[in-house]
Amino acid sequence: MTDAMPAPTAPEADPVAEPAAHAQDAPLSTLETVPAAPEEETVTLRVWRGDASGGDLVDYTLPANEGEVVLDVVHRIQATLAPDLACRWNCKAGKCGSCSSEINGMPRLMCMTRVDELPEGPITVTPLRTFPILRDLVTDVGFNYEVARRVPAFTPAPAPPGGYRMQQVDVERGQEFRKCIECFLCQDVCHVIRDHEENKASYAGPRFFIRFAELEMHPLDTNDRRELVRQRMGLGLCNITKCCTEVCPEHIKITDNAIIPLKERAVDASYDPVAWLGRKILRRPKRSPDEAAAASPH
Amino acid sequence: MTDYETHRYDVVVIGAGGAGLRAAVEAKSRGLSTALVCKSLLGKAHTVMAEGGVAAAMGNVYPEDNWQVHFRDTMRGGKYLNHWRMAQLHAQEAPDRVYELEAWGALFDRTPDGRITQRDFGGHRYARLAHVGDRTGLELIRTLQQKAVSMDIDVFMECKVLRLLQDASGTVTGAVGYWRPSGEVVVFEAKAVVLATGSIGRCFTYTSNSWESTGDGHAMAIWAGADVIEMECVQFHPTGMVWPLSVRGLLVTEGVRGDGGALKNSEGRRFMFDYIPEMFRAETAETEEEADAWYDDHINNRRTPDLLPRDEVARAINAEVKAGRGSPHGGVYLDIATRRSAEYIRRRLPSMYHQFLELAGVDITVEPMEVGPTCHYMMGGVRVDPETQASTVPGLFAAGEVAGGMHGANRLGGNSLSDLLVFGRRAGMGAADFAEGRTGEATVDAAQVDAVVADALAPLGRDGGESPYELHQQLQHTMQSLVGIIRTGSELEEALERLAELKERCAKLSVGGGRAYNPGWNLATDLPSMLTVSTAVAQGALARKESRGAHTRDDFPGPDPELGKVNFVQRQTDERGFAAPIHIAPEPLPEMPAELKELLEEGH
Repeated sequence: MTDAMPAPTAPEADPVAEPAAHAQDAPLSTLETVPAAPEEETVTLRVWRGDASGGDLVDYTLPANEGEVVLDVVHRIQATLAPDLACRWNCKAGKCGSCSSEINGMPRLMCMTRVDELPEGPITVTPLRTFPILRDLVTDVGFNYEVARRVPAFTPAPAPPGGYRMQQVDVERGQEFRKCIECFLCQDVCHVIRDHEENKASYAGPRFFIRFAELEMHPLDTNDRRELVRQRMGLGLCNITKCCTEVCPEHIKITDNAIIPLKERAVDASYDPVAWLGRKILRRPKRSPDEAAAASPH
Repeated sequence: MTDYETHRYDVVVIGAGGAGLRAAVEAKSRGLSTALVCKSLLGKAHTVMAEGGVAAAMGNVYPEDNWQVHFRDTMRGGKYLNHWRMAQLHAQEAPDRVYELEAWGALFDRTPDGRITQRDFGGHRYARLAHVGDRTGLELIRTLQQKAVSMDIDVFMECKVLRLLQDASGTVTGAVGYWRPSGEVVVFEAKAVVLATGSIGRCFTYTSNSWESTGDGHAMAIWAGADVIEMECVQFHPTGMVWPLSVRGLLVTEGVRGDGGALKNSEGRRFMFDYIPEMFRAETAETEEEADAWYDDHINNRRTPDLLPRDEVARAINAEVKAGRGSPHGGVYLDIATRRSAEYIRRRLPSMYHQFLELAGVDITVEPMEVGPTCHYMMGGVRVDPETQASTVPGLFAAGEVAGGMHGANRLGGNSLSDLLVFGRRAGMGAADFAEGRTGEATVDAAQVDAVVADALAPLGRDGGESPYELHQQLQHTMQSLVGIIRTGSELEEALERLAELKERCAKLSVGGGRAYNPGWNLATDLPSMLTVSTAVAQGALARKESRGAHTRDDFPGPDPELGKVNFVQRQTDERGFAAPIHIAPEPLPEMPAELKELLEEGH
């Protein structure tokens, strides 16, 4: 699609702007693979192709286009050289988190990675390593959807007459975490599960720690999930290497603003002698993981 | 005989954007078994791209606002082609739907006294859009997704539905599709089906829509014999990115103008003052001073023409570029850098800031953006009963972009997210009522399933045919150049000829590879939908010999009062399916009650 139209140099040549643009004048077929002429700039993608049974890196070389992102090149490969090359995408604007992959070994969104900002030479594109391969660049990210089902639902206090009131400064803490586009790059990079499949049963991962932090800091929520996140979601396994923060395309400060405060709160809930005394005096029993989890479907 | 798995539900919702999620939540809350089926992963639907906000007359910023004003704005924006009852229900119920989202965990931006704040948008008299920065759609879909998950609704992700199934009387019995990861066939037996499949944008070259917007629901409804209306009304959003080419069409939120951005041509002139139509003259500022003062005081100043309805702004940009006053890459300038502080821009428009910085290398706090029209939204769709969202086919319901009537000839910004919530809920209720009232189980006809599956699989077994990518590219080119923002009779006729030829070629596609996660094959199964809806769009555009709202005819530049009283209704009658013709005829709009007519005529 991207190479379907010549670059609009004059307004007359612009098909969007020109109402009576006549299709006869433009070539109808512009998708044929044009072999790159020697003097022409080219781009080479080294793409992992295969399935659960195995696979290999395959090189695809195409003419380079100005301003393209890696996903554009993948689309051109699909349209010309490899129609069945599997890859997920939706919005192509960094807002849906579908086109996650590893580009030159770094977890990134293909739609937000410009070709011209990468080092010269072939660009290696491989699927997320933490999740099982479905095909080519597509992995089975079902793990994340399973964890989501174990997060106890938002449980607000009943609305007062005239509706809820919240201050902007209070909602902004949660809003930072709700910027999450669920690209799962943080899950992919997290070493607790990246190379340790066995940890997945007991570890929710950074994406869900920010979900827990968001609920914990939500001005209206009443459920207490601190014991749950400590005992069943593996919060203690995170040793704050901040890899998740580094790869987050939404620039959420996952470690500093979510995981560390969550760890502090969870520890407070369990071990703080003052809190313990407070609970004794006020007869407010600590919420057990089971009680907190009662609001989740599983 | 095809091998397939069968799932039985009371209600099956196809599409998991805002409308589909809201419908599923409603059906499930009634205690009915409910399935949600979507082409992508859950939470990735095109709703995430909505930026500006949800229009709802809550009156939190301007207490003068109420549903009557919202109704009037919506009808005027739609050039009175809207179904009045949908516009009324929408305006009345939108505030409750927003507060409901808040009770489900959404965190909207606040007023100083702690209520949900509201922002200005095109065509809305008062600041009316509840929002979260410029990522309101993400907040909406995530909130509904988390609600749906907490209710344990069954979700079929990455599952493409090919066709609806019907019994001999025409009542819907379910649907057939395939799992995209495996290519295996899946059949749903359902007492009621809700279509919430969104838009048709992928029929055009330059669009803000994702790959999913292939008009599957529009096409499946047509093939099932349902009426569709206003298919000629396709919205071109005035501000899409124009450079680099790879992101051409990507949306630039109207919130930029709502928050103070101004459109300028290559001479630096704020040209929108030259394009104020008679209909909006009384309520639009005539000078830059008044327009700029309006941002802070709506009571004593009239609105800036930069925020005229989208059809007006898109045509104006088009005309400026055509007159040679465009930007270097064939758009115009959208300037907020000289009008608002860098800190304000980054806080109010964070994703626009990042989008331009990362994709175009443009810092919008320093430089103007280059923007131009992009195919954005489908006003036309399945003709529905406003109360229940029932289509004309028993057991079939539709909500959101796939449904027609609500927005008339042009949708106002912000009215889409509220539409999803209001009518998603109503479709869920309508489908639940229908399912509860239906006696006996819905049972599908295996022969129907076999026929649909055989058609879908054919390109995989065929050698030497055309590539689906090639055909898609030619379809997009045809629609973009002949059925685009400005239309003319001879070109529309030519488009219909080409579409007929493309339909024939579509029956002879070849695809390499297997069934498992094969995007080439997936596209081949999306193409019949796109060709059917493209044909309906072109037919509607040819039939409506006037210019109204988003539908602009070069050969009929003005509105025709007589045509303003009719919908062009399209349907398949005896013969149905991809190869069958779609008939078109005008039918009178429903009669509006006198008290609502009065609202339209009031001076404000």
